Amino acid sequence: MSSPAILRHPEDSMPATAIAETGPGPVATPPSFGTLALRWYRLNRSGLRAIAIGITSLLAFLLVWHLLTTYRVVFFVRFTNVPSPLAVYASFTKAIHDPKFLMHILLSCRRILVGFSLAAIVGVPLGLVMGRFKLVHEIIFPVAEVLRPIPAIAWVPMAIMLWPTNEQSIVYITFLGSFFPILVNTLHGMTLVDPVLVRAAQCLGARERSIFREVYYPASLPHIFTGLTVGMGVAWVSLIAAEMISGQYGIGYFTWEAYSLVQYADIALGMIAIGVLGLGSSLLIRGAGQLVMPWRAK
Amino acid sequence: MSEIPAKAPQGHIEVRSFSLSYDSIEGPVQAVTDTQIHVKPGEFVSIVGPSGCGKSTLLNAVAGFLKPTTGIVTVDGERVGGPSAERGMVFQQYSLFPWKTVRENVEFGLKMRGMPRSQRERAARTLLGLAGLEAFEKHYPEKLSGGMKQRVGIVRALATGPKVLLLDEPFGALDAQTRVIMQQILTNMWQRLKISVLFVTHDIDEAIFLSDRVYCMTARPGSIKAEIPIPLERPRQQSMMMSSEFLALRRGLMSLIREESLKAMGGEINDLGMRGLNIELHGQSLAEVL
Repeated sequence: MSSPAILRHPEDSMPATAIAETGPGPVATPPSFGTLALRWYRLNRSGLRAIAIGITSLLAFLLVWHLLTTYRVVFFVRFTNVPSPLAVYASFTKAIHDPKFLMHILLSCRRILVGFSLAAIVGVPLGLVMGRFKLVHEIIFPVAEVLRPIPAIAWVPMAIMLWPTNEQSIVYITFLGSFFPILVNTLHGMTLVDPVLVRAAQCLGARERSIFREVYYPASLPHIFTGLTVGMGVAWVSLIAAEMISGQYGIGYFTWEAYSLVQYADIALGMIAIGVLGLGSSLLIRGAGQLVMPWRAK
Repeated sequence: MSEIPAKAPQGHIEVRSFSLSYDSIEGPVQAVTDTQIHVKPGEFVSIVGPSGCGKSTLLNAVAGFLKPTTGIVTVDGERVGGPSAERGMVFQQYSLFPWKTVRENVEFGLKMRGMPRSQRERAARTLLGLAGLEAFEKHYPEKLSGGMKQRVGIVRALATGPKVLLLDEPFGALDAQTRVIMQQILTNMWQRLKISVLFVTHDIDEAIFLSDRVYCMTARPGSIKAEIPIPLERPRQQSMMMSSEFLALRRGLMSLIREESLKAMGGEINDLGMRGLNIELHGQSLAEVL
């Protein structure tokens, strides 16, 4: 017992004396801007490093792209007709002033908004109810399992037959793409709810409805948001495919049309626009998740 | 204290000719058999026993989560039909709602009762003050230590002014120092609120230190093997745990439990086939060796 005490003694007392000696210093004179900047740099060093490397890596990607297209490299893969980054940038500056391009983007966003929102409005409550009531689960689950493996794109011909307008069938395909990930993840979240929390709520006087609202629903939220994130990704995949096949407008149609019209720079522009839109929408969902689940904020 | 819903000191728990069995592929399995226990209003009673003896099963039946196969459970003469806010429960796993702040957790029972927000906020703050947790009212449970979590758990169970408080190994997951402090806090709250307590634990010291009476259960199928009154005076101090009176009680309970634990383990060890493990018992029985 005595040796650890002896060992600990100097460690314990040293910081105390150190504070006593330097303590009044920082209080009297606030640290200079230079020291603050240095401290900030030390605390965020690894983050800054990641940003620096990330930017370098993106620049390197652009450089390789530039070189491959400028020298029209053919090595199994043919870069003969691939547009250079500068050409894509030129068509980008032209496109942002072109109301038609903006309309393509807005239409795609609207289709995503409607299709995805419908999927969330139907999928989340259905998943919650299926998770809570065995009979509903037993009735709906087999049908869902049969339909789920069918890719949304495979629905295109059927969707065109089912819906009176092209617009509706595209929205329907977007809906289908995001519906199943949302449903399955919500259901999964429901099965993982800790039964002890349900019992805790019961012996605090909670009835069925309150237990659903106060326990099952918030406990499933993390999985619901996983479903929404995955669903949003699949929604874009389905939308772009549907637009390429049957659309008249939309960013997927724009990209395909650019190929038909031999405007190669616009192909890359369309692709990049799709990527940026997909990234933006998944960031939106992540932000919404942090707002709805403050207890999970790190 | 005025904020805490005042209730007449009631909470008489009666468990009569209680047995509980559940179905399995090999037929019904008896978890608890032929058990009678009672807790008088304002009394602190513990149940101890070897692991798997059915003490938690018994507690869950009093809470209303399990239905007795035979027999009856009543509180103040009323038959227990299901869980209710009249019987507050504290769980070993804390079971705080992670999505609610400390104060919202404590408010939960009052919210279920339909108390207006401002009123239940005030009540929750008062209760948190009693447990020394005011500073943490806006924290989420994840950020708290085990001892703090369980203090919130106890306060949450007490907020609705239940007639009885049921605790299922509430301090089992805490370290020894924290456990001692929690025992002191629980005793203080119990004495101020004059509530009946049924406390399940496998810790003999804990049971003696806290209780007016201790029930000792047999190995599975569980039943009451002995009922031991604890005549130690109150308020109890940590120093009492060294007194000869305490140690005598401890020895008595210890030997009762050891007997039952050996019975429980004996069965298990036979099942596993000790011979295959090459353990030589030198002709002695397992009980003698242990």
